[in-house]
Amino acid sequence: MSFDLRIPIGLMFGLYGILLTAYGLFGNAEYNKKSLGINIDMTWGLFLLIFGALMLFFAWNGAKKQAEEDKSKSNKK
Amino acid sequence: MGVNPLHKLTRIMQSIQLEFIDYAILVIYVVFVIGIGFALKRYMKTSSDFLTSGRSIPVWVTGLAFMSANLGALELVGMTASGAKYGIATCHFYWVGAIPAMIFLAIFMMPFYYGSKARSVPEYLKMRFDERTRALNSISFAVMTLFSSGISMNALAKLLHQLLGWEYNVSLWICSAVVLLYVLKGGLTSAIYTEVLQFFMIVLGFAPVVYLGLKDVGGWDALKMQLTQVAQNPTAIGLADGKFGSDAWTSAWKPLLGGSQSNPMGVDLFAMVFGLGFVLSFGYWCTNFLVVQRAMAAKNMASARRTPLIASVPKMILPILVILPGMIAAGLAISQKDGYRLPPKIVAEKAYDKAIVCLKDAPNQDEQKSFKAISEAIGMKLDAKKVAALVKDAPTLDEKKVKDRLQDAVVENDYDGVILSLVKKYCPPGLLGLALTGLLASFMSGMAGNVTAFNTVWTYDLYQAYIAPNRSDDHYMWMGRAVTVVGILLSIVCAYLVSLWANAMDIIQLVFGFVNAPLFATFLLGMFWKRTTSHGAFYGLLGGTMASAFFHSIAHASGNALGAKGGYLWTLMGKTVNDIPQYLQFSSDMAVNFWLAAFAFTVCFVLTGGISLATARTKSDAELKGLVYSLTPKLKDTEQNFLLRPAVLGVILLGICVLLNVIFW
Repeated sequence: MSFDLRIPIGLMFGLYGILLTAYGLFGNAEYNKKSLGINIDMTWGLFLLIFGALMLFFAWNGAKKQAEEDKSKSNKK
Repeated sequence: MGVNPLHKLTRIMQSIQLEFIDYAILVIYVVFVIGIGFALKRYMKTSSDFLTSGRSIPVWVTGLAFMSANLGALELVGMTASGAKYGIATCHFYWVGAIPAMIFLAIFMMPFYYGSKARSVPEYLKMRFDERTRALNSISFAVMTLFSSGISMNALAKLLHQLLGWEYNVSLWICSAVVLLYVLKGGLTSAIYTEVLQFFMIVLGFAPVVYLGLKDVGGWDALKMQLTQVAQNPTAIGLADGKFGSDAWTSAWKPLLGGSQSNPMGVDLFAMVFGLGFVLSFGYWCTNFLVVQRAMAAKNMASARRTPLIASVPKMILPILVILPGMIAAGLAISQKDGYRLPPKIVAEKAYDKAIVCLKDAPNQDEQKSFKAISEAIGMKLDAKKVAALVKDAPTLDEKKVKDRLQDAVVENDYDGVILSLVKKYCPPGLLGLALTGLLASFMSGMAGNVTAFNTVWTYDLYQAYIAPNRSDDHYMWMGRAVTVVGILLSIVCAYLVSLWANAMDIIQLVFGFVNAPLFATFLLGMFWKRTTSHGAFYGLLGGTMASAFFHSIAHASGNALGAKGGYLWTLMGKTVNDIPQYLQFSSDMAVNFWLAAFAFTVCFVLTGGISLATARTKSDAELKGLVYSLTPKLKDTEQNFLLRPAVLGVILLGICVLLNVIFW
C-alpha cells in the first residue's frame, strides 16, 4: 500500500508543535505557575515540532528509497 | 483489563476550563482521523481489503496498533488508579501479564494463525476443530465486542458532557458518527492507523504531565521515600486498611512473597504467576481476536510474527506513563504537597439533601450520633473533625458552601479520577488540550477497534458461515459495510443500557471473565496436541465456562457481601459468610479473579484432554497440516538476519523483561 502513515503523523504533530510553541511564546505567562514555572507549552511544542519534522523526513526518505528500488526492479525486467 | 466505570470521574472535570487552543487541538485530531479514512478509501476494493486490510500493513504500524488496541481509555484510567492503590506491583499487569504471552504468540502461535490463512480467530477454530467451537467462540466474541464498545462510548459521552457541556445524546451520536465515518471509508486499515495515531497522542500528551509530577515530588528517590510512608500508614490517605511492610508500594515481588495479607493487592504468588501470568494473560493476548487481528493484517509471515515482538517494547516501558502517575499522586497525597489529596468520591445530589437535614438537627444531638447520621446520609466514610467543625459553622453558611464542606469531608477516594487530577494540577492551556485529546482519542479508537473486529467475525464467521454462504465478494463487502453501521448502532444501544442500568456493567464484565478464562486451554491443546478432538474442544470449553461461573458462585472476597460479587450459592443454601471454608475465602476481588481463571483453565484443560482421549479423532493428520505444531513444517528463519529472527528477538526481549523485574524486585 502506498499510503505512508508517517506523513499524517508528521503533519499533525508538526502542527501541534507550532500551535503550542506560539501559545507558549505569546500566551499568558501566568499559566506557567501551574507547570512549576516551566514554560512547558513552548518547550514541549518545540519537541513536538522536531518529532513531526523527523516523521516527515523519514517518510520522504522512505519514498525516495522505494522509488530507487522500483527503478532498479523495472530496469532488471 | 477489568476496570471500574468512569461515570464518577467525569464530575471532577467540571472545574477544568478549556481555552480556544484546547478545542483547536481536539478538532485537528478529528480532522486528521477522518482525513485518514478518506485517504484510504481508494484502497478498499474487496471485502478482504475492508475487513482484514488485505494483509498489507507495514510491521511497525501493526506492532504499535497491536499494543494500543489494548491501551484504551479504560486501561489508562484504571492502571493509574491501580498505581496509586498498589504501587509498583501494578507493573505485573505488563511484565508478567502481557510480555511473556506476547512473545509466546509471536514465536509459537502466529505461524498457525497467519499460515493457516484463517481470516479470524474463530475461523482458525473451525479449521482445527469444527463449526460448534467456532460458533461458540464467534458468538461470545461478537457480543463481548459490542458491549466493550458500548461501555467505552458511554464513558466517552459522559466525559464530553462534563468537559464540553455537550448533551449526552448528542455527543454519543456525534462521536459514533466520527468513528462510523472513518471505519466505513477505510475499514480495518483506518482503525489500525488511527490506533497508531492515538498511541503517539497518548504518549506525547501524558509524558510532560508525568515529568512535571515527578519533578514536583522531588524525583524518583524522594518518591520512594514518600511511598514508604504510604506503605506504613495507607489509611492516612484513604487507601487500603492495615499496615504493610515499608516496601509494599516500591517493590514488585517482595511483598507478594509474604502471602496475600502482606500486599495491598491481596494476591499470593501462585495466583499472580499462574492466574494472571499464565491463564489470563495468555488467554487474552494469544486468543483475543481484537489484538490478534492486528498481527494478522501484517504483510507477510515474518512481519506477522514480529508484530507482537515490536509491540512488547513500548508495552514494557508503558508503566512509566500509566502507573508512575498513580504512584506520584499517592506520594503527593501523603506529603500533602500544595494541599493535594487523592480525588474524593463525589457525593450525589440526593445524599446532600438528606445530609443537610441531619446537619440542621445536629446541634440538638450528641456529637457521635449526629456524625453517624450524617455519614449514613452521605453513604461514605467521613472525617469526624471536619464534620464537627461543619456542624458548628453550618448555620452561618449558604447551601453551596455547606455542600462544598461536606464534599471536602469525604475520606473515600475516587481512584479513577487520579490521572485527571494530575492533568488538572499541572497542565496549562495547550498541554491540557493535548492530554485530553489523548484521552478522547483512546476512547474513539477503542470503539473503532471493537467495531472492526466485530464486523469481520460477523461477516466471515457468522454471516458467510451460517446465513449466506457462496455469495460474491461484492456481497460480503456490502455486508461488511452494512454491519459496520449495525455494529455501531448496537454499541449505542449497549451504551444506553450501561448508562441506565449501572449493574449491567459489573455483570457484563463478570460474564467476560467466565468466557475468557478457559479459552487458552482449548487453543493450547488444539495447537500443540494433534490428538485433541472437536468433541473434546467443544465440551471442554463449555465445561470450563460453567466451571468459572460455578467458582464465582462459591468464592468470597473479604469485605464483600455475598451476592453478585461472588458467593451467592451460599446465600441460596441459607448459609452465611462464616460458613464458607477457609480455602474459598480470598483477600480481594483481584485474588478471586486470578484463582477463578486458574480453576477454569484447569477444568477446561482436563476435560478437553479427557474427552479427546475417549473420542475418536475427527481430523486426519493431513487435514491438520498447518494447524498443529507437530504436523507443520518448522519455519526456517535462516535467510533472515540472526538478530531479527523471532525466536532470537523473543529471547532478548524476555531477558530485558526479566531484568526489569529484577531491578524493581
